[in-house]
Amino acid sequence: MASADAAVAESKVTGTGIGVPPAASAEETPKVELFANRIKVYPRMVAGYWRQVKWAVVATLLGLYYIAPWIRWDRGANAPDQALLVDIAGRRAYFFGLEIWPQEVYYLTGLLIIGAIGLFLVTAWAGRVWCGFTCPQTVWTDLFMWVERQIEGDRNARIRLDKAPFSFDKAKKKVLKHGAWLLIALATGGAWIMYFYDAPTLVREFFTGELSSAVYSFIFLFTATTYVLAGWAREQVCIYMCPWPRFQGAMFDEDSLIVTYEEWRGEPRGGARKGQSFEGRGDCVDCGMCWQVCPTGVDIRKGQQMACIGCGLCIDACNGIMQRFGRPPELITYDSINNQIARSRGGKTRIRLIRPRTIAYMVVLAAVAGIMTFSLSTRARLEVNVIPDRQPLFVKLSDGAIRNGYTFKILNMRREPKSYMLATDGLAGAEISVLGHHNEPGPYVELAVGPDEIGTFKLFVRAPAESLTGKLTNFDFYLIDQGTRESIRYTAVFNAPPHREERAAAAGAGS
Amino acid sequence: MAGKEVDALTGIETTGHEWDGIQELNTPLPKWWLYVFYVTIVWAIAYSIAFPSWPWLSGYWGGLVGYTTRGQFNERMADLEASRAGWYDRLGAASLQQINDDPELLQIATVGGKVIFGNNCAPCHGTGGTGRPGGFPALVDDDWLWGGSVDEIYKTIQHGIRNDTDTDARISQMPAFGADAMLTSAQIAAVADHVLALSGQGADNAEGATLFAENCASCHGELGKGEPSLGAPNLTDQIWLYGSTRQAIINQITKPKMGVMPSWAHRLSDVEIKQVATYVHSLGGGQ
Repeated sequence: MASADAAVAESKVTGTGIGVPPAASAEETPKVELFANRIKVYPRMVAGYWRQVKWAVVATLLGLYYIAPWIRWDRGANAPDQALLVDIAGRRAYFFGLEIWPQEVYYLTGLLIIGAIGLFLVTAWAGRVWCGFTCPQTVWTDLFMWVERQIEGDRNARIRLDKAPFSFDKAKKKVLKHGAWLLIALATGGAWIMYFYDAPTLVREFFTGELSSAVYSFIFLFTATTYVLAGWAREQVCIYMCPWPRFQGAMFDEDSLIVTYEEWRGEPRGGARKGQSFEGRGDCVDCGMCWQVCPTGVDIRKGQQMACIGCGLCIDACNGIMQRFGRPPELITYDSINNQIARSRGGKTRIRLIRPRTIAYMVVLAAVAGIMTFSLSTRARLEVNVIPDRQPLFVKLSDGAIRNGYTFKILNMRREPKSYMLATDGLAGAEISVLGHHNEPGPYVELAVGPDEIGTFKLFVRAPAESLTGKLTNFDFYLIDQGTRESIRYTAVFNAPPHREERAAAAGAGS
Repeated sequence: MAGKEVDALTGIETTGHEWDGIQELNTPLPKWWLYVFYVTIVWAIAYSIAFPSWPWLSGYWGGLVGYTTRGQFNERMADLEASRAGWYDRLGAASLQQINDDPELLQIATVGGKVIFGNNCAPCHGTGGTGRPGGFPALVDDDWLWGGSVDEIYKTIQHGIRNDTDTDARISQMPAFGADAMLTSAQIAAVADHVLALSGQGADNAEGATLFAENCASCHGELGKGEPSLGAPNLTDQIWLYGSTRQAIINQITKPKMGVMPSWAHRLSDVEIKQVATYVHSLGGGQ
């Protein structure tokens, strides 16, 4: 324990890497702890190109997240007017003009496949841009760090504050920081629920206490996760919780763009004064800025590593230092391994976007997107579900005819009232009656279903014994929309007692 | 014990016992465990005061909050009835015909009626009203002994059939033509052949037809079509409560079996009977 503590204390000073002793003790075999203590990361503020990109992405994504549920979309009366809504109680999902019924939830599979393959493709091209720029964990952590900096100051001030004994000023800053974090977390958790609940109503009812306890507990849940993950857990989510960093390496190849250190011109590193000659030594002045600005606290000079989320902030930090020393920029750079090898040899560099791997991803992506678009544009807006009665399977009527009962459901997925004609096909002389609608049996019946509704009908089909072919007879329900002539066939089974011959055959086989 | 003994190596107190030179450390319980234990003791005492707990010689301590499982049951039942009150009032106010004409009331009545049917009627009539062998008629078909309109079904359920408890019960009796020596066995056989012929099973005979007209037509009708007001079954159709074989028909004429059904008016409320009647009528055979 004592040696581990020392290692932790030492690495706190130099801050190189995650639970790994610093480079100073490189000659010793580094002791790897199974359960490493967390070394708190105090990322330093940095300015530069990638920081600008990150701010832009953070602003765009947060803006989308908070504004999207407020977009209105007119769907007529009796339908929610929120553009993006998963209406759990109403069993519908709305995406602008698209309305998804629970029966169509498999479209979600297509969406998830597109998301996954898209992620693979982007990773093969440009490394961990998802992790470094767009992942919610990164976006909210960035926001929380910005708030922290406004209240407690930059890296050194924060380290001093944490080491300082308890004081009124320290307490004030901590309370202020956690209060601000909790407010943001509440806004985040609340906005998440807006995708499942009418947004203006949610805000009003949140303050009037009218929401159900389930909604309040979900808001609390997402508030708590935001606060804990973005405020406390931070890089530990990426290193220990998230599965993606563990296997995203499989999408990389030597042409993928990654954040990398140009070791061939950086080494041998060493401290430097302004204006000194860099003859016979590397460009790296070992200032440590690269790991001080890192949100996960890694030292990029150790090469590509799992904890590096590829955000590019160390590039900004190093460029600032290189400029001060008058050395060429991009000592830490966003480049591919192939290009690095080429550069170190003075060869030509190139960016290869078209590679077998990316072609494969693009083909799958195009195929899935094509299938999705096709099936969405041609999807049926009329469906039927038929549940045959099981008790009794059939009823013998006084004139010798057989009757079967069915629960017949018509899914009218259009937002207009519909009138349908239902008939049977394949049962000669069959007649239909509908409980409470058409009590007199007839060859066909008319059924009305309201807009965007499921009409449920208790249906009886009676068929003369002559038209049946034994215990099971297949026949079709044929339903036609009287307005659009859209039609649908459903093959059902008609149960009957076995014929005399069948009974005799069964008895003969049994004896 | 005489003073505390402390283990020199760990600095922890021992139990003071020694076995073959081995002493056991008196490791204290974890603090959290101990406090949770104390809390459970306090909880148990408070609980036994608040809720029914200690037995007396006769009776028991009832608890300060006055909780009983029966009381809770009654409360829940009252809640249930309150939640149904709106529907019950509407079903009570509506006539059977109105219930059957209103899809919403029909839905409520059949759903409730199904449950009441399962609890009260299914033992004899079968789940789903499919009937049972031995004279318990199927309620799903279109053959009705006492009438298949929803009003007739309601009346049958309300008063029952051939019971001693309800003066309004449906009553009829078929004579035991054979047992009481009203017809000879040869005559009975002739009538049975005629009855079979009525539903198209075999050849007719003049003697049987004459005997039928003299003895049976008063209840079953000249054509054997039956008479619901007397509970006389239709003999021309394909549905036979006591069997359609020649022997079964001879048995029935000789010493008839006749079904009995209790009156439900004193066990089910009027709304409940309305629901069951509507449910039975909705099974497919209702007229």
